[in-house]
Amino acid sequence: MTLEEFTINFEKEFEDIEPGTFKPDTNYRDIKNWSSIYALIVVAFVDLNFDIILNAKDLKDTNTIRELYELVQSKHV
Amino acid sequence: MGSLIRAISYHLPAQAYTNDDFFDSFPDSIINKQNLLKLGIKNRYIVSSEETASDLALKAALNLFTEHSINKNEIDFLLFCAQEFDHYTPTTACIIQNKLGLNTNCGALDFNLGCSGFVYGLGVAKGLIESIGCKNVLLLTSSTLTKTFHFQDKSSRFLFGDGAAATLISSNNESKIGNFVFGTDGSKSDKIIVRDGGARNKLNESSFEDIIDEYGNVTSNACFYMNGTSIFNFGLKTVPTLIKDTLNKNNYSIKDIDLFIFHQANLFLIETIGKKTGIPNEKIFNFMESIGNTVSSTIPIALAEAIKTKKAKSGDKIFICGFGTGLSWGATIIEL
Repeated sequence: MTLEEFTINFEKEFEDIEPGTFKPDTNYRDIKNWSSIYALIVVAFVDLNFDIILNAKDLKDTNTIRELYELVQSKHV
Repeated sequence: MGSLIRAISYHLPAQAYTNDDFFDSFPDSIINKQNLLKLGIKNRYIVSSEETASDLALKAALNLFTEHSINKNEIDFLLFCAQEFDHYTPTTACIIQNKLGLNTNCGALDFNLGCSGFVYGLGVAKGLIESIGCKNVLLLTSSTLTKTFHFQDKSSRFLFGDGAAATLISSNNESKIGNFVFGTDGSKSDKIIVRDGGARNKLNESSFEDIIDEYGNVTSNACFYMNGTSIFNFGLKTVPTLIKDTLNKNNYSIKDIDLFIFHQANLFLIETIGKKTGIPNEKIFNFMESIGNTVSSTIPIALAEAIKTKKAKSGDKIFICGFGTGLSWGATIIEL
């Protein structure tokens, strides 16, 4: 999955985000009223697509979709 | 000698707390509404401050006796699973024995577990029947967890509801309760906790200071705390392995199982586990939309509803799996 595909697929997981809102350098925590349900959606998306379970620290360490993608790539062997 | 689940009934408190009530309490959360609905909960029932876990359990037991024409004199063991007990001593199950008018030759004990409690209770009941010779074990599971919530803890107030279930496990020629897999990881005991107010940490002034997490959930050391992300990860890591191990221990594969009933933590977690493990959606039965996560009673309530709506029928093999605070988990396969 390329960064662009990752960004599009990532965005699809969120019910209330307008399509095309997310770009690779979007800080996904800037979603208005970011809450714990969003964190669960991120964890589930990465687990189902890459078989990697992100922990709370992983989530804290990434801000943009690009950083999340790079983290996933580094863990994906 | 074998054992089987003979009957299940449940009781929910009167006061409903709908999603509309929730969004009235937390108007900022309305923007997340579509994503929150992924959790699969639209209503919960909340216990009054005067009612205890044993009160709810008592009503569930009375429902069981009436709905299934159970002769209470046949009950020779009472198990009470809760996290709120009437007194430091005596054992609450002893008080329930008296209030239900059970025989004095009935054994009674309490145990403290959360969302894994029903599976553990079922395992103990099976042991009491198949190893010790009891005939009819009454397993009462009850939760009044909402009493421990900080009023600004939006995650917990969205997910959880109160309620109790009564399950009668009886001796049977054939064993209809399969082999169990249990697990515990006390190193993560701080992931779901009420820190202060028990024997380890007495309540003090700092117990009531607000603690706000990175998502804006508010709690205090005197209130319930759950690290939602960690528990979600725990579910994703532990449950798929638990499913595999339990199927292996019972010499079954997914295709042999008619219905899977997971602890009703939330729909999003269950659906993610379903996708991860390849369990077909139509084999997963959920019942949380109208009652929320009722902790140790989610599995028996869902099982009762599956039977009532004929999603589960006589002869079906049903996989049940509980996981939660402790951390603690357990699973088995029952046959109706």
